[in-house]
Amino acid sequence: MKQKIGLGVGLAAILVWCLLPVAWIISLSFKSQQAVSNGSEGFLPQSGGGAGWQNYADVVGDDQFRRAILNSIGISLIATLLSVVIATLAAYAIARLEFKGKKFVLTTALVIAMFPVVSLVGPLFDMWRTIGIYDTWLGLIIPYMSFTLPLAIWTLSAFFREIPWEMEQAAQVDGATSWQAFRKVIVPLAAPGVFTAAILTFFFAWNDFVFGISLTSTESARPIPAALSFFVGPDPFSRPASLLAAGAVVATIPIVIIVLLFQRKIVAGLTSGAVKG
Amino acid sequence: MTTSTVQTATAKEPRTKAKPPDSDRTRSENSLGRKLVAPAIVLMLLVTAFPMLRALYLSLFDYSLTDPGERSFVGLQNYATALSDSLFWRDTANTVMIMVVTVAIELVIGFAFAMVMHRVIFARGVIRTSILIPYGIITVVSGFAWQFAFSNDNGFVNGWLPFISDNFDWFGEYGSSMIAIMVSEIWKTTPFMSLLLLAGLAQVSEDMIEAAKVDGATWFQRLFKVILPNMRAAIMVAVLFRALDAYRIFDNIFVMTAGANGTESISFLTYRQVIEQFQLGIGSALSVLLFLSVLVVAYLIVKIFRVDLASARQEG
Repeated sequence: MKQKIGLGVGLAAILVWCLLPVAWIISLSFKSQQAVSNGSEGFLPQSGGGAGWQNYADVVGDDQFRRAILNSIGISLIATLLSVVIATLAAYAIARLEFKGKKFVLTTALVIAMFPVVSLVGPLFDMWRTIGIYDTWLGLIIPYMSFTLPLAIWTLSAFFREIPWEMEQAAQVDGATSWQAFRKVIVPLAAPGVFTAAILTFFFAWNDFVFGISLTSTESARPIPAALSFFVGPDPFSRPASLLAAGAVVATIPIVIIVLLFQRKIVAGLTSGAVKG
Repeated sequence: MTTSTVQTATAKEPRTKAKPPDSDRTRSENSLGRKLVAPAIVLMLLVTAFPMLRALYLSLFDYSLTDPGERSFVGLQNYATALSDSLFWRDTANTVMIMVVTVAIELVIGFAFAMVMHRVIFARGVIRTSILIPYGIITVVSGFAWQFAFSNDNGFVNGWLPFISDNFDWFGEYGSSMIAIMVSEIWKTTPFMSLLLLAGLAQVSEDMIEAAKVDGATWFQRLFKVILPNMRAAIMVAVLFRALDAYRIFDNIFVMTAGANGTESISFLTYRQVIEQFQLGIGSALSVLLFLSVLVVAYLIVKIFRVDLASARQEG
């Protein structure tokens, strides 16, 4: 009984801790801008201080913001797609083939996963300006791919190791080449793992801030986190908190939907990538 | 008839560890393996190793984008400037403090979360999903949410905490600003920690815990003598990943204080030199120093805690 109460309290604490800030930013997004600039303490909008959907309408009607959402979706999707394809090839080799240099690939991936991203900002800023991909989609897609590859490779190779090896051998016995066995047998079996890797990759690209603010200068490629941090609204001297909150909620919705739909896969991906259980 | 020869050739080859050194199969596996990993390796090195080498080169010059013609070789001057500047050491101290405090707190909270997730029988999905939500939220958004929560004219924190005056300005001074930054960082990244710990917890055999219980071990003894030692690898991996992640803290500080009141981190300092002041020379020197300090932190953690990543992944 005592243990049950303990669990119950623990559960309540987890729910409050995890969801309170989310509830707070949603509540803030429904406060009117006037109430916020006059100072409205308290968690929920007070009577007369609510704004209904006005903040959302303003945010969605804002060109910069719409453009940033489009940039984020486009860049994140392209980077995810390319990164997962390349990582799938590499992870297959790591999980299924004996070749020299396997350790090197895994070590490189690990080192890059720990790389201090900011230290690349300077040289990339300089290089991208020289070759003319500064402030373009491509200029962000390339670094996103490189930095999501480690996670994708580790997750995928852990998944691939679980796939029944005999199936591929059976295909090879039936006359398939290594490549055919890969394409026709392993890919369909590996699809769930690939999908998980894709979700995690998408998270990274959507969440990135460092590259987003340093490798873009205009709205032509600026992704949503960077756009939010530069968003000043009509009055540059007081930041429109409730408008920002509405923008933040809009930017978060795609991710929350993904989390809700695929929580099981995300957990499996995160844990198998780091510690194999 | 080609198929039948292929059949016998492959079927005869058992997949054992002792493989003949130069069989066709080995050689073709070797070359296929390399071809498959090549794109990944090229991309990863293209965006990290190459720019890093370039940063190493640029760091030897007095080079500013505001005056690119005046680029001149200065040797190690930039490093001397950075290392003798108190700003560099102050920011390093901030970064180390954030890393140590957040990782320590997250380890405790994350472990508690993992225990609850591991033991709970009902509403598993709801719990898991709510724990994952902070992980999914953009760091910038989490920074904003907490900044507004701590704000003294719009936030709720002052009203809710009984021992804090309603007019207290969290972002008015160093200590409280750091607390606000760390709360946001902890909130956002604890889920990751608790998931890694949950994976480790699942590896501890129930039989062992049960046996300890039968032998009369108390709850504390079971935790410290049975559970924790058996999930050491998972704890170490979680600490290593989170510590290095915390050492790179940037987004939260950028959004919440923009470095005001001396809350700058070493990443923020590097960013400011390059992107805001266009000082590529000194900025590159800082990049190299940041990279080296991450290496040192990683080395220390691996050495002190004797993390064996290969065994954690059962690669052995």
